[in-house]
Amino acid sequence: MVTDTIANPEEVDEDYAGNENVVRVRGVTRVYQVGDTEVHALRGVDIDIKRGEYISIMGPSGSGKSTLFNMVGGLDKPTDGTVFIDEVDIAQLDAFELAWMRCRKIGYIFQSYNLIPVMTALENITLPMIFAGADLDEQMEKGRKLLEAVGIAHRMHNKPMQLSGGQQQRVAIARALANDPAIILADEPTGNLDQKTGHEIIELLKRLNKESGVTIITATHDDKMLNVSDRIVWISDGKIARIKRRDEVDITVGTVEGEV
Amino acid sequence: MATMASGPAKIERQISLPLSQAIKIAWRNITIRLSRALITGAGTLLGIAFLMSVFTGTLVQQAQGIEISPAQQQKNAWLVVMSLLVSVVGITNAMLMSVTERYKEIGTIKCLGALDNFIVKMFLIESGLLGLVGSAVGALVGAIFMLATGFGALGKLNWMQLLISYGICLVLGTVLSIVAAVPPAIRAAKMQPADAMRSEI
Repeated sequence: MVTDTIANPEEVDEDYAGNENVVRVRGVTRVYQVGDTEVHALRGVDIDIKRGEYISIMGPSGSGKSTLFNMVGGLDKPTDGTVFIDEVDIAQLDAFELAWMRCRKIGYIFQSYNLIPVMTALENITLPMIFAGADLDEQMEKGRKLLEAVGIAHRMHNKPMQLSGGQQQRVAIARALANDPAIILADEPTGNLDQKTGHEIIELLKRLNKESGVTIITATHDDKMLNVSDRIVWISDGKIARIKRRDEVDITVGTVEGEV
Repeated sequence: MATMASGPAKIERQISLPLSQAIKIAWRNITIRLSRALITGAGTLLGIAFLMSVFTGTLVQQAQGIEISPAQQQKNAWLVVMSLLVSVVGITNAMLMSVTERYKEIGTIKCLGALDNFIVKMFLIESGLLGLVGSAVGALVGAIFMLATGFGALGKLNWMQLLISYGICLVLGTVLSIVAAVPPAIRAAKMQPADAMRSEI
């Protein structure tokens, strides 16, 4: 299967036995009405994201990166075209099913962590489990395990205000994994972090990707993130400019002398 | 309705927010944002204090053997309705501010899979709890204030009626608080999860 260029829809084998692609985007267009003008955020985008893949989306501001990201994450519906998440057309989902999908299939990580400030780390992580109907014991046990997996078990009863940026992002990652999702959607996860902490977070995400096989889709500008990706997507002016596998791209990640 | 089949795990389709959890979350939100809660609660407290003081005043006057003219009663009723309306408007305003401040939080909770009615539930419960506490304290304050004016006639006071009035005030205060929070709660529920993504206001 061709992976370094956008496949023509007619050429792609439509027999997806075994759900090889966790996300399929077909001819997606998104037009916003802003007053009198129409903003064409996406102008016909096609992409397949494989299960277990670590894929990064790059693009300047206004390129449609955030819009594509929202589509792929089930946060927005296309004006035209279809988005299949696990072979389900998201435009056909009602509010209940959308909520179910966001709860169970997709975990979200944000640039500004977006933890609930009035809850402790453990409570933040167990919140999605409450929605999923898990009972208290399950929540506590799983919450603790997740905290250990991201390396922040010693801070489980601290509120976000008492945690550093890197620690908050770890809690956010643990929260994203709370209901064993198929996809993790990370919007600039290292955007608010320093180099070293950002590197740790990227290592953590890569390890989780390898160990549990969860698909990771990120929107990023971070070279270190691109370095660990399986594929990189460049988007510009509402269309996909190119898609390359990691080994086809020349990335040099440097360090500064004296960096710990 | 599309089918959501993803391998073996398709049995649990429920999304739920148990009432106990909703109450816990709402209470936490109140206690953490205490100063904001106090202002919102003060609206209920004062309105209900006034209502209770009118009830109590009537009972005290009855105990003192003073008859209240229908004109006086009508005037009292008008004053009470007006003051309660002012309280309700104040609560709606305070809750609306709260919702606007918490847009990111709401968007995030929706990304975690909350249904719209969870958000409504959380805000209504929060307002209801505030209303309950505000009414309880307000009615107490109103009663004590009025009782102090009619100290001499306390022996002849209809305590049963006073207790019933207290109950009415509690219920009314809580219900009004919940009703006042409906427009902000609906506004909160309509927020899009994508709003949580935006890092700028």
